[in-house]
Amino acid sequence: MSEILNDETKKVLIEPLIENNPITLQVLGICSALAVTSQMSTSLIMALALTMVTAFSSAAISAIRNHIPSSIRIIVQMTIIASLVIVVDQLLKAFAYEISKQLSVFVGLIITNCIVMGRAEGYAMKNPPLESFIDGIGNGLGYSLILIIVSFVRELLGSGKLLGIEILPLIKDGGWYQPNGLMLLPPSAFFLIGLLIWAVRQWKPGQREQVEFKIMSIAHGEGGHH
Amino acid sequence: MLNENTQNAGQGKLCAALEKCEHYQKFRAALDKCEHYQKFKAYCVKVLALSNDSLEKTIAIAVALCLVCAVLVSMAAVALRPLQVNNKELDMKRNILDVAGLLTEGSDIDKAFAERIESKLVNLETGDYVDSMNADEYDQRKAAKDPAQSVAIPKDKDIAHIRVKAKVAKVFLVKEGGAIKSIILPINGYGLWSTLYGFLSLDPDGQTVQSINFYDQAETPGLGGEVVNPAWRALWKGKKVYAETDQPSLEKGLIEEADIGEPALSLIKGAVDNTKPGSEYQVDGLAGASLTSTGVTNLIRYWMSKEGFAPYLAKVRTVKGAKS
Repeated sequence: MSEILNDETKKVLIEPLIENNPITLQVLGICSALAVTSQMSTSLIMALALTMVTAFSSAAISAIRNHIPSSIRIIVQMTIIASLVIVVDQLLKAFAYEISKQLSVFVGLIITNCIVMGRAEGYAMKNPPLESFIDGIGNGLGYSLILIIVSFVRELLGSGKLLGIEILPLIKDGGWYQPNGLMLLPPSAFFLIGLLIWAVRQWKPGQREQVEFKIMSIAHGEGGHH
Repeated sequence: MLNENTQNAGQGKLCAALEKCEHYQKFRAALDKCEHYQKFKAYCVKVLALSNDSLEKTIAIAVALCLVCAVLVSMAAVALRPLQVNNKELDMKRNILDVAGLLTEGSDIDKAFAERIESKLVNLETGDYVDSMNADEYDQRKAAKDPAQSVAIPKDKDIAHIRVKAKVAKVFLVKEGGAIKSIILPINGYGLWSTLYGFLSLDPDGQTVQSINFYDQAETPGLGGEVVNPAWRALWKGKKVYAETDQPSLEKGLIEEADIGEPALSLIKGAVDNTKPGSEYQVDGLAGASLTSTGVTNLIRYWMSKEGFAPYLAKVRTVKGAKS
Protein backbone atom coordinates (compact mmCIF):
# COMPACT_ATOMS: atom_id res chain seq x y z
CA MET A 1 0.00 0.00 0.00
CA SER A 2 2.79 2.42 0.91
CA GLU A 3 4.07 2.63 -2.64
CA ILE A 4 0.59 3.43 -3.96
CA LEU A 5 -0.01 6.06 -1.30
CA ASN A 6 2.82 8.32 -2.25
CA ASP A 7 2.74 12.04 -1.53
CA GLU A 8 0.82 13.04 -4.64
CA THR A 9 -1.88 10.43 -4.03
CA LYS A 10 -2.20 11.45 -0.41
CA LYS A 11 -2.62 15.05 -1.46
CA VAL A 12 -5.31 14.10 -3.97
CA LEU A 13 -7.14 12.09 -1.30
CA ILE A 14 -6.82 14.43 1.69
CA GLU A 15 -6.97 17.86 0.14
CA PRO A 16 -10.66 17.82 -0.85
CA LEU A 17 -11.65 17.14 2.78
CA ILE A 18 -11.01 20.68 4.06
CA GLU A 19 -8.37 22.52 2.04
CA ASN A 20 -10.25 22.17 -1.24
CA ASN A 21 -13.67 20.94 -0.15
CA PRO A 22 -16.10 20.75 -3.07
CA ILE A 23 -18.96 22.18 -0.99
CA THR A 24 -17.35 24.78 1.26
CA LEU A 25 -14.65 26.07 -1.10
CA GLN A 26 -16.01 25.39 -4.58
CA VAL A 27 -19.68 25.62 -3.49
CA LEU A 28 -20.69 22.71 -5.75
CA GLY A 29 -23.29 20.00 -5.19
CA ILE A 30 -25.40 22.15 -2.87
CA CYS A 31 -28.83 21.03 -4.11
CA SER A 32 -28.60 17.45 -2.91
CA ALA A 33 -26.85 18.62 0.27
CA LEU A 34 -30.01 20.60 1.07
CA ALA A 35 -32.46 17.89 0.14
CA VAL A 36 -31.20 14.71 1.75
CA THR A 37 -29.68 15.97 5.01
CA SER A 38 -32.76 15.92 7.23
CA GLN A 39 -31.77 12.43 8.37
CA MET A 40 -28.34 10.91 8.86
CA SER A 41 -29.23 7.56 7.31
CA THR A 42 -30.23 9.08 3.97
CA SER A 43 -27.18 11.37 4.04
CA LEU A 44 -24.82 8.46 4.58
CA ILE A 45 -26.29 6.46 1.71
CA MET A 46 -26.30 9.53 -0.54
CA ALA A 47 -22.66 10.25 0.38
CA LEU A 48 -21.68 6.66 -0.35
CA ALA A 49 -23.53 6.69 -3.69
CA LEU A 50 -21.96 9.97 -4.78
CA THR A 51 -18.47 8.86 -3.73
CA MET A 52 -18.80 5.63 -5.70
CA VAL A 53 -20.15 7.39 -8.79
CA THR A 54 -17.45 10.10 -8.70
CA ALA A 55 -14.65 7.57 -8.23
CA PHE A 56 -15.73 5.10 -10.89
CA SER A 57 -16.78 7.70 -13.46
CA SER A 58 -13.48 9.54 -13.01
CA ALA A 59 -11.56 6.29 -13.45
CA ALA A 60 -13.55 5.30 -16.54
CA ILE A 61 -13.29 8.72 -18.15
CA SER A 62 -9.60 8.88 -17.38
CA ALA A 63 -9.04 5.44 -18.94
CA ILE A 64 -10.36 6.62 -22.30
CA ARG A 65 -9.31 10.27 -21.96
CA ASN A 66 -6.85 10.09 -24.86
CA HIS A 67 -9.54 8.93 -27.26
CA ILE A 68 -12.42 11.22 -26.33
CA PRO A 69 -13.22 13.51 -29.27
CA SER A 70 -13.30 17.04 -27.92
CA SER A 71 -16.53 17.90 -29.75
CA ILE A 72 -18.55 15.28 -27.81
CA ARG A 73 -16.45 15.42 -24.63
CA ILE A 74 -19.23 16.47 -22.26
CA ILE A 75 -21.73 14.01 -23.76
CA VAL A 76 -19.25 11.15 -23.33
CA GLN A 77 -18.71 12.14 -19.69
CA MET A 78 -22.45 12.43 -19.08
CA THR A 79 -23.14 9.04 -20.66
CA ILE A 80 -20.63 7.33 -18.39
CA ILE A 81 -21.84 9.17 -15.29
CA ALA A 82 -25.51 8.54 -16.10
CA SER A 83 -24.91 4.81 -16.63
CA LEU A 84 -23.14 4.52 -13.29
CA VAL A 85 -25.89 6.44 -11.51
CA ILE A 86 -28.54 4.13 -12.94
CA VAL A 87 -26.55 1.12 -11.77
CA VAL A 88 -26.24 2.64 -8.28
CA ASP A 89 -29.97 3.40 -8.22
CA GLN A 90 -30.77 -0.19 -9.22
CA LEU A 91 -28.42 -1.51 -6.53
CA LEU A 92 -30.09 0.65 -3.89
CA LYS A 93 -33.55 -0.52 -4.97
CA ALA A 94 -32.38 -4.11 -4.69
CA PHE A 95 -30.40 -3.96 -1.45
CA ALA A 96 -31.58 -0.88 0.50
CA TYR A 97 -35.22 -0.53 -0.52
CA GLU A 98 -36.38 1.63 2.41
CA ILE A 99 -33.56 4.15 1.95
CA SER A 100 -34.01 4.25 -1.81
CA LYS A 101 -37.66 5.14 -1.27
CA GLN A 102 -36.65 8.08 0.92
CA LEU A 103 -33.93 9.29 -1.45
CA SER A 104 -36.37 9.00 -4.38
CA VAL A 105 -35.23 11.32 -7.17
CA PHE A 106 -32.04 12.50 -5.51
CA VAL A 107 -30.06 9.42 -6.49
CA GLY A 108 -30.99 10.08 -10.12
CA LEU A 109 -29.96 13.69 -9.69
CA ILE A 110 -26.36 12.65 -8.95
CA ILE A 111 -26.09 12.75 -12.76
CA THR A 112 -26.34 16.51 -12.66
CA ASN A 113 -24.27 16.91 -9.50
CA CYS A 114 -21.61 19.47 -10.28
CA ILE A 115 -18.99 17.64 -8.22
CA VAL A 116 -19.07 14.57 -10.46
CA MET A 117 -18.94 16.63 -13.66
CA GLY A 118 -16.34 18.96 -12.18
CA ARG A 119 -13.95 16.15 -11.31
CA ALA A 120 -14.45 14.48 -14.68
CA GLU A 121 -13.75 17.66 -16.60
CA GLY A 122 -11.21 19.17 -14.23
CA TYR A 123 -9.13 16.20 -13.19
CA ALA A 124 -9.91 12.91 -14.93
CA MET A 125 -9.44 14.32 -18.44
CA LYS A 126 -5.79 15.09 -17.66
CA ASN A 127 -4.67 12.38 -15.21
CA PRO A 128 -4.23 8.58 -15.22
CA PRO A 129 -7.09 6.28 -14.06
CA LEU A 130 -5.82 5.27 -10.62
CA GLU A 131 -5.15 8.85 -9.57
CA SER A 132 -8.50 9.95 -10.97
CA PHE A 133 -10.17 7.20 -8.99
CA ILE A 134 -8.51 8.37 -5.78
CA ASP A 135 -9.36 11.97 -6.62
CA GLY A 136 -12.98 10.89 -7.01
CA ILE A 137 -12.90 9.14 -3.63
CA GLY A 138 -11.30 12.21 -2.04
CA ASN A 139 -13.89 14.61 -3.40
CA GLY A 140 -16.67 12.18 -2.53
CA LEU A 141 -15.37 12.10 1.04
CA GLY A 142 -15.21 15.90 1.14
CA TYR A 143 -18.88 16.01 0.12
CA SER A 144 -19.69 13.24 2.61
CA LEU A 145 -18.01 15.13 5.45
CA ILE A 146 -20.21 18.21 4.94
CA LEU A 147 -23.33 16.07 4.47
CA ILE A 148 -22.65 14.20 7.71
CA ILE A 149 -22.03 17.40 9.70
CA VAL A 150 -25.17 19.08 8.34
CA SER A 151 -27.38 16.02 8.80
CA PHE A 152 -25.98 15.49 12.32
CA VAL A 153 -27.14 18.96 13.36
CA ARG A 154 -30.43 18.77 11.45
CA GLU A 155 -31.52 15.38 12.71
CA LEU A 156 -30.40 16.06 16.29
CA LEU A 157 -32.10 19.44 16.62
CA GLY A 158 -35.00 18.73 14.25
CA SER A 159 -36.18 15.40 15.55
CA GLY A 160 -34.02 14.72 18.61
CA LYS A 161 -32.59 11.59 17.01
CA LEU A 162 -29.39 10.36 15.45
CA LEU A 163 -29.64 7.60 12.84
CA GLY A 164 -33.22 7.11 14.05
CA ILE A 165 -32.15 6.48 17.66
CA GLU A 166 -33.62 8.86 20.21
CA ILE A 167 -31.04 11.16 21.81
CA LEU A 168 -33.12 14.07 23.07
CA PRO A 169 -36.51 12.85 24.34
CA LEU A 170 -39.26 14.95 22.74
CA ILE A 171 -41.98 16.71 24.70
CA LYS A 172 -44.69 14.95 22.73
CA ASP A 173 -43.24 11.60 23.85
CA GLY A 174 -43.02 12.74 27.48
CA GLY A 175 -39.48 14.15 27.36
CA TRP A 176 -38.17 17.72 27.62
CA TYR A 177 -36.94 18.64 24.14
CA GLN A 178 -39.02 20.88 21.89
CA PRO A 179 -37.80 20.06 18.37
CA ASN A 180 -36.89 22.86 16.00
CA GLY A 181 -39.15 22.38 12.98
CA LEU A 182 -37.04 24.67 10.82
CA MET A 183 -34.22 22.13 10.98
CA LEU A 184 -36.38 19.68 9.04
CA LEU A 185 -36.94 22.08 6.16
CA PRO A 186 -34.37 22.54 3.37
CA PRO A 187 -33.61 26.21 4.19
CA SER A 188 -31.98 25.16 7.46
CA ALA A 189 -29.32 23.33 5.44
CA PHE A 190 -28.66 26.61 3.65
CA PHE A 191 -28.00 28.32 6.97
CA LEU A 192 -25.85 25.47 8.24
CA ILE A 193 -23.74 25.27 5.09
CA GLY A 194 -23.37 29.06 5.13
CA LEU A 195 -22.19 28.94 8.74
CA LEU A 196 -19.80 26.10 7.89
CA ILE A 197 -18.29 28.03 4.99
CA TRP A 198 -17.90 31.04 7.25
CA ALA A 199 -16.24 28.95 9.96
CA VAL A 200 -13.85 27.26 7.53
CA ARG A 201 -12.87 30.58 5.97
CA GLN A 202 -12.23 32.12 9.38
CA TRP A 203 -10.02 29.17 10.22
CA LYS A 204 -8.24 29.18 6.85
CA PRO A 205 -8.21 32.76 5.55
CA GLY A 206 -6.53 31.56 2.33
CA GLN A 207 -9.92 30.27 1.18
CA ARG A 208 -11.52 33.70 1.19
CA GLU A 209 -12.34 34.98 -2.25
CA GLN A 210 -10.72 38.16 -3.50
CA VAL A 211 -13.16 41.03 -3.83
CA GLU A 212 -13.74 41.43 -7.55
CA PHE A 213 -14.76 45.06 -7.40
CA LYS A 214 -14.95 47.75 -4.78
CA ILE A 215 -18.11 49.67 -4.02
CA MET A 216 -17.25 53.34 -4.32
CA SER A 217 -18.37 55.66 -1.60
CA ILE A 218 -20.59 58.44 -2.86
CA ALA A 219 -18.99 61.85 -2.64
CA HIS A 220 -20.55 64.09 -0.02
CA GLY A 221 -22.77 66.91 -1.12
CA GLU A 222 -24.18 65.15 -4.20
CA GLY A 223 -27.94 64.72 -4.08
CA GLY A 224 -28.11 66.16 -0.62
CA HIS A 225 -27.65 62.90 1.40
CA HIS A 226 -25.96 63.32 4.72
CA MET B 1 2.59 11.25 -10.88
CA LEU B 2 2.15 7.56 -10.49
CA ASN B 3 5.00 5.26 -11.27
CA GLU B 4 4.50 3.81 -14.76
CA ASN B 5 6.43 0.68 -13.74
CA THR B 6 4.02 -0.18 -10.95
CA GLN B 7 1.11 -0.06 -13.34
CA ASN B 8 2.90 -2.17 -15.92
CA ALA B 9 3.93 -4.71 -13.29
CA GLY B 10 0.31 -5.03 -12.19
CA GLN B 11 -0.81 -5.55 -15.77
CA GLY B 12 1.97 -8.11 -16.29
CA LYS B 13 0.79 -10.20 -13.35
CA LEU B 14 -2.78 -10.20 -14.60
CA CYS B 15 -1.68 -11.21 -18.08
CA ALA B 16 0.47 -14.03 -16.72
CA ALA B 17 -2.49 -15.37 -14.76
CA LEU B 18 -4.65 -15.16 -17.87
CA GLU B 19 -2.06 -16.93 -20.02
CA LYS B 20 -2.13 -19.90 -17.66
CA CYS B 21 -5.91 -20.26 -17.86
CA GLU B 22 -6.87 -23.04 -20.24
CA HIS B 23 -10.27 -21.56 -21.14
CA TYR B 24 -8.68 -18.26 -21.97
CA GLN B 25 -6.28 -19.97 -24.34
CA LYS B 26 -9.12 -21.80 -26.06
CA PHE B 27 -11.06 -18.57 -26.28
CA ARG B 28 -8.06 -16.77 -27.80
CA ALA B 29 -7.53 -19.54 -30.34
CA ALA B 30 -11.18 -19.42 -31.39
CA LEU B 31 -11.06 -15.65 -31.66
CA ASP B 32 -7.90 -15.73 -33.74
CA LYS B 33 -9.51 -18.11 -36.20
CA CYS B 34 -12.61 -15.95 -36.56
CA GLU B 35 -12.41 -13.84 -39.67
CA HIS B 36 -14.87 -11.20 -38.42
CA TYR B 37 -12.91 -10.68 -35.23
CA GLN B 38 -9.75 -10.07 -37.24
CA LYS B 39 -11.58 -7.52 -39.38
CA PHE B 40 -13.02 -5.87 -36.25
CA LYS B 41 -9.60 -5.75 -34.62
CA ALA B 42 -8.04 -4.18 -37.68
CA TYR B 43 -10.84 -1.59 -37.78
CA CYS B 44 -10.37 -0.75 -34.08
CA VAL B 45 -6.65 -0.22 -34.55
CA LYS B 46 -7.36 1.98 -37.55
CA VAL B 47 -9.98 4.10 -35.76
CA LEU B 48 -7.94 4.53 -32.60
CA ALA B 49 -5.02 5.77 -34.68
CA LEU B 50 -7.20 8.47 -36.25
CA SER B 51 -7.16 12.04 -35.04
CA ASN B 52 -9.52 12.58 -32.08
CA ASP B 53 -11.43 15.21 -34.00
CA SER B 54 -12.11 13.22 -37.16
CA LEU B 55 -15.76 12.56 -37.89
CA GLU B 56 -15.27 8.82 -38.20
CA LYS B 57 -13.62 8.47 -34.82
CA THR B 58 -16.20 10.72 -33.16
CA ILE B 59 -19.02 8.52 -34.43
CA ALA B 60 -17.18 5.27 -33.69
CA ILE B 61 -16.40 6.35 -30.11
CA ALA B 62 -19.97 7.51 -29.53
CA VAL B 63 -21.42 4.22 -30.81
CA ALA B 64 -18.94 2.08 -28.87
CA LEU B 65 -19.50 4.02 -25.65
CA CYS B 66 -23.27 3.80 -25.97
CA LEU B 67 -23.04 0.05 -26.55
CA VAL B 68 -20.86 -0.53 -23.50
CA CYS B 69 -23.01 1.69 -21.27
CA ALA B 70 -26.24 0.14 -22.56
CA VAL B 71 -24.97 -3.36 -21.82
CA LEU B 72 -23.85 -2.29 -18.33
CA VAL B 73 -27.18 -0.65 -17.49
CA SER B 74 -29.32 -3.44 -18.88
CA MET B 75 -27.25 -6.06 -17.11
CA ALA B 76 -27.75 -4.29 -13.80
CA ALA B 77 -31.46 -3.82 -14.46
CA VAL B 78 -32.10 -7.41 -15.52
CA ALA B 79 -29.89 -9.03 -12.88
CA LEU B 80 -31.36 -7.03 -9.99
CA ARG B 81 -34.96 -7.09 -11.15
CA PRO B 82 -36.08 -10.18 -9.21
CA LEU B 83 -34.64 -8.71 -6.01
CA GLN B 84 -36.36 -5.38 -6.59
CA VAL B 85 -39.73 -6.93 -7.39
CA ASN B 86 -39.41 -9.06 -4.29
CA ASN B 87 -38.56 -6.00 -2.17
CA LYS B 88 -41.58 -4.16 -3.47
CA GLU B 89 -43.96 -7.04 -2.82
CA LEU B 90 -42.52 -7.65 0.62
CA ASP B 91 -42.85 -3.98 1.47
CA MET B 92 -46.48 -3.95 0.34
CA LYS B 93 -47.29 -7.09 2.32
CA ARG B 94 -45.56 -5.63 5.36
CA ASN B 95 -47.71 -2.50 5.08
CA ILE B 96 -50.92 -4.50 4.76
CA LEU B 97 -50.04 -6.67 7.75
CA ASP B 98 -49.14 -3.52 9.64
CA VAL B 99 -52.49 -1.84 9.03
CA ALA B 100 -54.26 -5.08 9.93
CA GLY B 101 -52.37 -5.08 13.22
CA LEU B 102 -50.85 -8.45 12.43
CA LEU B 103 -47.25 -7.35 12.07
CA THR B 104 -45.00 -8.72 14.76
CA GLU B 105 -41.28 -8.13 14.99
CA GLY B 106 -39.25 -10.82 13.29
CA SER B 107 -42.16 -12.76 11.87
CA ASP B 108 -42.11 -14.24 8.39
CA ILE B 109 -43.99 -11.66 6.34
CA ASP B 110 -44.67 -13.90 3.34
CA LYS B 111 -46.03 -16.66 5.53
CA ALA B 112 -48.15 -14.38 7.72
CA PHE B 113 -49.58 -12.69 4.64
CA ALA B 114 -50.45 -15.95 2.91
CA GLU B 115 -52.10 -17.32 6.05
CA ARG B 116 -54.06 -14.33 7.26
CA ILE B 117 -54.80 -12.00 4.37
CA GLU B 118 -57.19 -12.59 1.50
CA SER B 119 -56.97 -10.34 -1.56
CA LYS B 120 -60.23 -9.50 -3.34
CA LEU B 121 -61.06 -7.34 -6.34
CA VAL B 122 -64.00 -5.00 -6.07
CA ASN B 123 -65.88 -3.19 -8.81
CA LEU B 124 -66.07 0.32 -7.41
CA GLU B 125 -69.24 1.25 -9.23
CA THR B 126 -71.40 -1.66 -8.16
CA GLY B 127 -69.52 -2.72 -5.06
CA ASP B 128 -69.49 -6.35 -6.19
CA TYR B 129 -66.52 -8.69 -6.10
CA VAL B 130 -64.85 -9.31 -9.45
CA ASP B 131 -63.96 -12.96 -9.83
CA SER B 132 -62.92 -12.93 -13.48
CA MET B 133 -59.48 -11.47 -12.75
CA ASN B 134 -56.61 -12.79 -10.69
CA ALA B 135 -56.41 -10.72 -7.53
CA ASP B 136 -52.77 -11.59 -6.83
CA GLU B 137 -51.57 -10.23 -10.15
CA TYR B 138 -53.76 -7.12 -10.27
CA ASP B 139 -52.01 -3.82 -9.62
CA GLN B 140 -54.46 -1.04 -8.83
CA ARG B 141 -51.92 1.76 -9.21
CA LYS B 142 -50.95 0.52 -12.66
CA ALA B 143 -54.60 0.10 -13.63
CA ALA B 144 -55.34 3.69 -12.60
CA LYS B 145 -52.85 4.86 -15.22
CA ASP B 146 -54.30 2.64 -17.96
CA PRO B 147 -57.15 4.44 -19.78
CA ALA B 148 -58.87 1.12 -20.51
CA GLN B 149 -59.04 0.16 -16.85
CA SER B 150 -59.69 3.54 -15.28
CA VAL B 151 -62.24 6.33 -15.31
CA ALA B 152 -61.71 10.06 -15.07
CA ILE B 153 -63.23 11.64 -11.98
CA PRO B 154 -65.43 14.67 -12.68
CA LYS B 155 -63.77 17.85 -11.41
CA ASP B 156 -66.48 18.73 -8.90
CA LYS B 157 -66.29 15.30 -7.29
CA ASP B 158 -62.51 15.06 -7.27
CA ILE B 159 -61.93 16.30 -3.73
CA ALA B 160 -58.88 14.07 -3.31
CA HIS B 161 -57.28 15.61 -6.45
CA ILE B 162 -56.34 12.31 -8.04
CA ARG B 163 -58.02 12.91 -11.45
CA VAL B 164 -58.42 9.21 -12.34
CA LYS B 165 -59.26 6.06 -10.47
CA ALA B 166 -59.12 2.41 -11.43
CA LYS B 167 -62.51 0.82 -12.11
CA VAL B 168 -61.53 -2.14 -10.00
CA ALA B 169 -59.99 -1.80 -6.56
CA LYS B 170 -57.96 -4.36 -4.70
CA VAL B 171 -59.11 -4.80 -1.11
CA PHE B 172 -57.80 -7.13 1.55
CA LEU B 173 -59.76 -9.09 4.11
CA VAL B 174 -58.63 -10.60 7.35
CA LYS B 175 -60.82 -13.52 8.28
CA GLU B 176 -61.09 -15.53 11.40
CA GLY B 177 -63.12 -18.73 11.30
CA GLY B 178 -64.88 -17.64 8.11
CA ALA B 179 -66.04 -14.29 9.48
CA ILE B 180 -64.44 -11.05 8.37
CA LYS B 181 -62.31 -9.45 11.06
CA SER B 182 -61.05 -6.44 9.17
CA ILE B 183 -61.60 -4.81 5.81
CA ILE B 184 -58.50 -3.15 4.38
CA LEU B 185 -59.11 -0.56 1.69
CA PRO B 186 -56.53 1.15 -0.54
CA ILE B 187 -56.75 4.96 -0.42
CA ASN B 188 -54.87 7.76 -2.12
CA GLY B 189 -55.05 11.50 -2.47
CA TYR B 190 -53.03 14.66 -2.81
CA GLY B 191 -51.40 16.29 0.21
CA LEU B 192 -49.00 19.20 -0.04
CA TRP B 193 -46.16 17.94 -2.22
CA SER B 194 -47.17 14.46 -3.18
CA THR B 195 -49.92 11.94 -3.66
CA LEU B 196 -50.25 9.91 -0.48
CA TYR B 197 -50.91 6.19 -0.93
CA GLY B 198 -52.10 4.15 1.97
CA PHE B 199 -54.48 1.66 3.49
CA LEU B 200 -57.41 2.15 5.81
CA SER B 201 -58.46 -0.79 7.90
CA LEU B 202 -62.07 -0.97 9.11
CA ASP B 203 -64.03 -3.18 11.43
CA PRO B 204 -66.50 -5.57 9.77
CA ASP B 205 -69.22 -2.97 10.36
CA GLY B 206 -67.53 -0.86 7.65
CA GLN B 207 -67.72 2.06 10.01
CA THR B 208 -65.17 1.84 12.82
CA VAL B 209 -61.54 2.53 11.95
CA GLN B 210 -58.97 -0.01 13.07
CA SER B 211 -55.88 1.64 11.66
CA ILE B 212 -54.44 3.73 8.86
CA ASN B 213 -51.09 3.46 7.16
CA PHE B 214 -49.47 5.55 4.41
CA TYR B 215 -46.81 3.60 2.57
CA ASP B 216 -45.91 6.05 -0.17
CA GLN B 217 -45.72 9.79 0.41
CA ALA B 218 -43.25 12.64 0.07
CA GLU B 219 -44.64 15.18 2.51
CA THR B 220 -42.28 17.41 4.48
CA PRO B 221 -40.30 15.17 6.83
CA GLY B 222 -41.18 15.96 10.44
CA LEU B 223 -44.33 17.92 9.56
CA GLY B 224 -46.66 16.37 6.96
CA GLY B 225 -44.35 13.36 6.90
CA GLU B 226 -45.63 12.58 10.40
CA VAL B 227 -48.53 10.72 8.74
CA VAL B 228 -46.32 7.67 9.19
CA ASN B 229 -45.76 8.35 12.92
CA PRO B 230 -47.13 5.37 14.91
CA ALA B 231 -48.25 7.69 17.74
CA TRP B 232 -50.44 9.71 15.36
CA ARG B 233 -51.71 6.63 13.58
CA ALA B 234 -52.79 5.17 16.91
CA LEU B 235 -55.23 8.08 17.32
CA TRP B 236 -57.34 6.68 14.49
CA LYS B 237 -58.35 3.53 16.32
CA GLY B 238 -62.05 3.47 17.13
CA LYS B 239 -62.93 6.57 15.10
CA LYS B 240 -66.05 6.41 12.98
CA VAL B 241 -66.17 7.10 9.27
CA TYR B 242 -69.86 7.78 8.50
CA ALA B 243 -72.19 10.09 10.33
CA GLU B 244 -74.81 7.92 12.02
CA THR B 245 -78.25 9.39 11.79
CA ASP B 246 -80.08 7.19 14.21
CA GLN B 247 -78.56 4.05 15.45
CA PRO B 248 -80.81 1.70 17.37
CA SER B 249 -79.93 -1.09 14.95
CA LEU B 250 -76.23 -0.70 15.71
CA GLU B 251 -76.76 -2.14 19.16
CA LYS B 252 -77.92 -5.36 17.63
CA GLY B 253 -74.92 -5.53 15.35
CA LEU B 254 -77.17 -4.74 12.43
CA ILE B 255 -76.70 -1.58 10.45
CA GLU B 256 -79.36 -0.53 8.04
CA GLU B 257 -78.21 1.38 5.01
CA ALA B 258 -80.52 4.22 5.95
CA ASP B 259 -78.55 4.74 9.14
CA ILE B 260 -75.40 5.40 7.24
CA GLY B 261 -74.89 9.01 6.31
CA GLU B 262 -72.13 10.81 4.48
CA PRO B 263 -68.49 10.33 5.46
CA ALA B 264 -67.90 12.65 8.40
CA LEU B 265 -64.43 11.74 9.59
CA SER B 266 -62.01 14.65 9.47
CA LEU B 267 -58.76 15.97 10.84
CA ILE B 268 -59.17 19.05 13.00
CA LYS B 269 -56.74 21.70 14.12
CA GLY B 270 -55.19 20.90 17.46
CA ALA B 271 -56.07 18.01 19.72
CA VAL B 272 -59.45 16.30 19.87
CA ASP B 273 -61.39 16.63 23.10
CA ASN B 274 -62.62 13.08 23.57
CA THR B 275 -65.38 14.07 25.99
CA LYS B 276 -67.24 16.22 23.48
CA PRO B 277 -69.98 14.74 21.31
CA GLY B 278 -68.83 14.18 17.76
CA SER B 279 -65.24 13.52 18.79
CA GLU B 280 -65.54 10.02 17.32
CA TYR B 281 -65.48 11.65 13.89
CA GLN B 282 -62.39 13.73 14.61
CA VAL B 283 -58.68 13.00 14.55
CA ASP B 284 -55.89 15.36 15.64
CA GLY B 285 -54.50 17.35 12.73
CA LEU B 286 -50.78 17.22 12.07
CA ALA B 287 -48.98 20.10 13.73
CA GLY B 288 -47.52 22.51 11.19
CA ALA B 289 -49.04 20.65 8.26
CA SER B 290 -52.52 22.03 7.59
CA LEU B 291 -52.38 21.21 3.87
CA THR B 292 -51.38 17.60 4.44
CA SER B 293 -54.11 17.32 7.09
CA THR B 294 -56.71 18.73 4.68
CA GLY B 295 -55.43 16.32 2.05
CA VAL B 296 -55.90 13.37 4.39
CA THR B 297 -59.42 14.50 5.31
CA ASN B 298 -60.29 14.86 1.64
CA LEU B 299 -58.90 11.54 0.59
CA ILE B 300 -60.76 9.74 3.40
CA ARG B 301 -63.99 11.52 2.46
CA TYR B 302 -63.49 10.75 -1.21
CA TRP B 303 -62.74 7.06 -0.85
CA MET B 304 -65.48 6.52 1.70
CA SER B 305 -68.07 8.31 -0.46
CA LYS B 306 -70.27 6.77 -3.16
CA GLU B 307 -67.46 7.51 -5.61
CA GLY B 308 -65.22 5.24 -3.58
CA PHE B 309 -66.02 2.30 -1.35
CA ALA B 310 -69.47 3.20 -0.02
CA PRO B 311 -71.30 0.78 -2.39
CA TYR B 312 -68.92 -2.01 -1.49
CA LEU B 313 -69.11 -1.37 2.23
CA ALA B 314 -72.90 -1.33 2.04
CA LYS B 315 -72.80 -4.83 0.56
CA VAL B 316 -70.26 -6.20 3.01
CA ARG B 317 -72.35 -4.84 5.87
CA THR B 318 -75.52 -6.31 4.45
CA VAL B 319 -73.90 -9.69 4.16
CA LYS B 320 -72.81 -9.52 7.75
CA GLY B 321 -76.20 -8.31 8.96
CA ALA B 322 -77.97 -11.14 7.17
CA LYS B 323 -75.78 -13.73 8.81
CA SER B 324 -76.17 -12.57 12.37
